[in-house]
Amino acid sequence: MSVTPHMPDHPAALALARRHSLRWWESLPWIAALAFFFAYPNHLGFGTELLIMVLFAISLDLALGYAGIITLGHAAFFGAGAYTVGILAHHGIWNEPLTGLALAALVAAAVGFLSGLVLLRTTGLTFLMLTLCTMLMLEEAANLGHHWTGGFDGLPSLNIPPLFGVFEFNPLIPKTQFLYVLGVLFLCFLFVRMLAYSPFGQGLTGIRENTLRMHAVGAPVRTRLVVCYTISAAIAGIAGGIWAQANAYVNLGTLGLDRAATVLIILVLGGFGRLYGAFVGAVAYMVLAHFLSKIYPTAWQLGLGLLLVVIALFARGGMLGIGEVLMQRLRPKIPPKEPASRPSP
Amino acid sequence: MNGTLLETRSVSKNFGALQAARDITFTLEKGARHALIGPNGAGKTTFINLMTGVLLPTTGTVLLRGEDITTMEQAARVKRGIARTFQINRLFRGLTVLENVYISVAERVGAATNMVTPAGKRRDVIDEAMHLLETLKLADDAQRTIAGLPYGRQRLVELAIALGLKPEVLLLDEPAAGVPSAESHIILDAIDALPKDIGVLIIDHDMDLVFRFAKRITVLVRGAIFAEGTPREIGSNADVRAVYLGQATTHGA
Repeated sequence: MSVTPHMPDHPAALALARRHSLRWWESLPWIAALAFFFAYPNHLGFGTELLIMVLFAISLDLALGYAGIITLGHAAFFGAGAYTVGILAHHGIWNEPLTGLALAALVAAAVGFLSGLVLLRTTGLTFLMLTLCTMLMLEEAANLGHHWTGGFDGLPSLNIPPLFGVFEFNPLIPKTQFLYVLGVLFLCFLFVRMLAYSPFGQGLTGIRENTLRMHAVGAPVRTRLVVCYTISAAIAGIAGGIWAQANAYVNLGTLGLDRAATVLIILVLGGFGRLYGAFVGAVAYMVLAHFLSKIYPTAWQLGLGLLLVVIALFARGGMLGIGEVLMQRLRPKIPPKEPASRPSP
Repeated sequence: MNGTLLETRSVSKNFGALQAARDITFTLEKGARHALIGPNGAGKTTFINLMTGVLLPTTGTVLLRGEDITTMEQAARVKRGIARTFQINRLFRGLTVLENVYISVAERVGAATNMVTPAGKRRDVIDEAMHLLETLKLADDAQRTIAGLPYGRQRLVELAIALGLKPEVLLLDEPAAGVPSAESHIILDAIDALPKDIGVLIIDHDMDLVFRFAKRITVLVRGAIFAEGTPREIGSNADVRAVYLGQATTHGA
């Protein structure tokens, strides 16, 4: 083969070379979060919950949106992280927040790695059901392991010491919680963003788009999937761990189908495989749930269901997908170029 | 001199009672331009699947440069230099043309396990993918997603992904199928321009393409080798004409 010449000016090559560069609007979620902190000091509990759901949804986006691993059991990892923090703190073994999160990530990663090793041999509906089973088994284990987990009642009133030994976790004015979660979310997001734009992340999209072809280009598909699933589980574990720290309790709800379904709805609503779908979806879901439940306390989920049906039928890319289509309509078309302007050597 | 690249010895594959491959003994030499023809259902694609590891043979062995690869994983065979294209496009439909080829090149050069550096920073991978697209006259479509590309152009991407692996053995499963005749010359030119020392096996129904391309032809009928020889020998073989070539010409190949 001839030596590859350097072609710095081809628009397609340039676009790919610059794909990962930060855009101005990427600062918006963080500005909005900080603005929220100052504007709504009485709603920081809600804000903290929202940020945790964003983090959880980002972890799912890596597996589902990028690698195409369609799971219904992601709360297994959220719960694993939450119970790691809860059990260690409740039994007085370990309660420092940051290292607690690291342990939560480690335990959730181990659960993800071991279950992924077995489950990722299957695909599609089989995989979906097995992830559900795994999560329900963990939930039942937490229910039965009363001595350690507190069973159905969970573990109340966890003693979480101040962050960095300075910032108290005040349950009534959760300022520390909000900023702590925001900081962890920011770091985790940077990590996932790095992964998504890396060659590894590009390979994950390849698995999502055509698994057979990935085999045919020599990619160790199952290994990649297990790695991705493990990382995704670790981040979900961090989300769960920080949830336990911010709320100072753990219960079976961290492990349940409700939470797994909610995070899936959030991602579908916002748009998966897009990094920011988690943000848009979580805000849309939490705000809708908040207001709909005020207007129709008994049937508010009906409104959410209808919205989901519309999204699933007409906007597979979620709300961000709608935005992208609108942007493309508004933007002037690129004029067609003369074919093969550059002779190949 | 032993120039054998890929070899099968008495390879058979049964799907229940159906014998999709029967006792196929076949060699692909270094630098070969070999065609595999046969009526529909003759087992041509099955045979490719056996060589690439998509299927494991019921009996028999597959060798690459003398090494037994019969039970080797598909990915490991690719790393050893076997690449293929698919009869029906298997592309990354939601990604751009350039990203499609990027994935293939990145796997070959070992960039694909990198989680830290942005894909865009691997200019060597981008440039090589872009260069491949230029040679296949696909550069102007580089930013389009596969889903929005005409079928004929998609066939070229199919080839580009395989070439991105810089194979030593290239198995082309009907590369020109579904390509408008106005564009099929691009595929033929690309095949002509392949490095001389790689072994190429092509399956096609287009007899013009086969006879233009092949130095050697194997005819497969009902899973077994029916005849093998130079294009001249195959073209003048009365039995082959009866089972296959006659049909092809009446279809106006």
